[in-house]
Amino acid sequence: MSWEVVIGLEVHVQVNTKTKQFCGCSTEFGAEPNTQTCPVCLGMPGQLPVLNMEAARKSVLTGLAINADINLVSKFDRKNYFYPDLPKGYQITQFPLPIVEGGYLDIPTKDGEKRIGITRIHMEEDAGKSMHEGLDGVSHIDLNRSGVPLMEIVSEPDMANADEAIAYLKQLHQLVCFLDVSDANMEKGQFRCDANVSVRRPGEPLGTRAELKNLNSFRFIKQAIEYEVNRQIELIEDGGEVVQETRLFDSAKGESRSMRSKEEAHDYRYFPEPDLPPLRFTQEEVDAIRAGMPELPGQLRKRFETEYGLSPYDADVLTQTRDLATWYESLVAAHPADPKRCANWMANELLGRLKETGTDISASPVSPARLAGLLERIADNTISGKAAKDVLDAMMTSEDDADAIIEAKGLKQVSDTGAIDAIIHEVMAASPDQVAGYRAGKDKLLGFFVGQVMKASRGKANPGMVNQRLKELLKG
Amino acid sequence: MDIDVKKVAMLSRIRLTDEEAAELGPQLSNIIGYVEQLAEVDTTGVEPIAHPHDIAMPQRADIVTNVNRRDALQAPAPKTESGLYVVPKVIE
Repeated sequence: MSWEVVIGLEVHVQVNTKTKQFCGCSTEFGAEPNTQTCPVCLGMPGQLPVLNMEAARKSVLTGLAINADINLVSKFDRKNYFYPDLPKGYQITQFPLPIVEGGYLDIPTKDGEKRIGITRIHMEEDAGKSMHEGLDGVSHIDLNRSGVPLMEIVSEPDMANADEAIAYLKQLHQLVCFLDVSDANMEKGQFRCDANVSVRRPGEPLGTRAELKNLNSFRFIKQAIEYEVNRQIELIEDGGEVVQETRLFDSAKGESRSMRSKEEAHDYRYFPEPDLPPLRFTQEEVDAIRAGMPELPGQLRKRFETEYGLSPYDADVLTQTRDLATWYESLVAAHPADPKRCANWMANELLGRLKETGTDISASPVSPARLAGLLERIADNTISGKAAKDVLDAMMTSEDDADAIIEAKGLKQVSDTGAIDAIIHEVMAASPDQVAGYRAGKDKLLGFFVGQVMKASRGKANPGMVNQRLKELLKG
Repeated sequence: MDIDVKKVAMLSRIRLTDEEAAELGPQLSNIIGYVEQLAEVDTTGVEPIAHPHDIAMPQRADIVTNVNRRDALQAPAPKTESGLYVVPKVIE
């Protein structure tokens, strides 16, 4: 009998504001420990939080981008728990009345597009950072992150396997980057995921779920979900029962373990935050935020297909990030004659070379203008596509433009009919048997002649013209 | 209403002796009972409010206003090391 897997995801996204959610401390990553704190984010008595409206607007923008309802009135609550990285003893969050409710994302799956519901987005604040490694009997606490604005984006339990969960996360990650509401660097913990996983027999009610914590890379998330699904199925098939618990995934061991002690204290005693009045937006304010919505990945992809005639694959590759899309459009602006050639050379040649050195497009040594200069020389038949790849190789480590490199390397293509015909005559004279064979109907020998002519021209003859002239002259 | 005073104390990280729990339990229950009288008020047709004061949310622009005052702010901490707060080990 088969099993159905049910996955819901809670994603914590750090909002990329300059200051914290409730105080004017900097949120810059990597500062000396505890240098970006103040009495508010340290939880000193008598301090009052004041909301960062930019963080609120970015939360609204995110809600609009997932087709959700914006609550014109939302409120803040306190979630109480004790941990040394939470100096107030409570986290300010939104419980019954969050800023965003009821949206969705459409994700690609192997069976086509699937709609994943998003229950809510609420605004909250991050905790500080605890360090335990290499310390004897103590932990160290850095509160620079305490109070950094977060959005918690909670999905419906709509995903049926790890691949769908990853597709949803990638889509969401791309979206928050395009919206510029988060830097979403997973290694810096700016985009973190908890997964609720359960299994059931088809048609039966939802099984008991386990919550997987601490998932900070797409690869670990997939591993952790697959490990958890297998664990639960084996447990039930062996006559056991899944208990509701939080589990911590250990990426080094590839397995998860229970965090039972936290479970005992799982009573957050939410109550309304008395220090903050309700957060209100007018419909006009929401409309103004909507008017500032940038082009989203899906729209950009479709526009690249229709406006530039790109294949869905190329359009997808070139819209993975806003930087890539902007770079491509700069290239097309500099070489408007052939947007498809632009896409091929950028997606296959340039990105391939950047990947080898682990370089981001924003740091590409070749600018759109320089690449366009090279594409011009392919378009006007100055060089062959093959020689152009050598020129691009040279461009990656030099600041010269295409013309200078073509000149220096002597790569200029021979497209002069007279010169090509002369080489062809030489080759024909040297291979009388093959000429006779070709004329007797061995068409395949054309390849032999092309090879000989290219060799004789040291690769500089224009291959298209060589083909055309050979067919002509071999007729006799 | 009976209060599980031991559980409340645990959640608040307050250590209570059995004697203190026996003394505080009924007191807390009395307080809750007193407040619970509010539940008897008929609130039919009354719009719920999120906050007792009808004031607008104070708004803050996204501008860094705080400077590094680590030394002064850490002065009351029982123990620090290299700018970090030192606390009893918390990982399980």
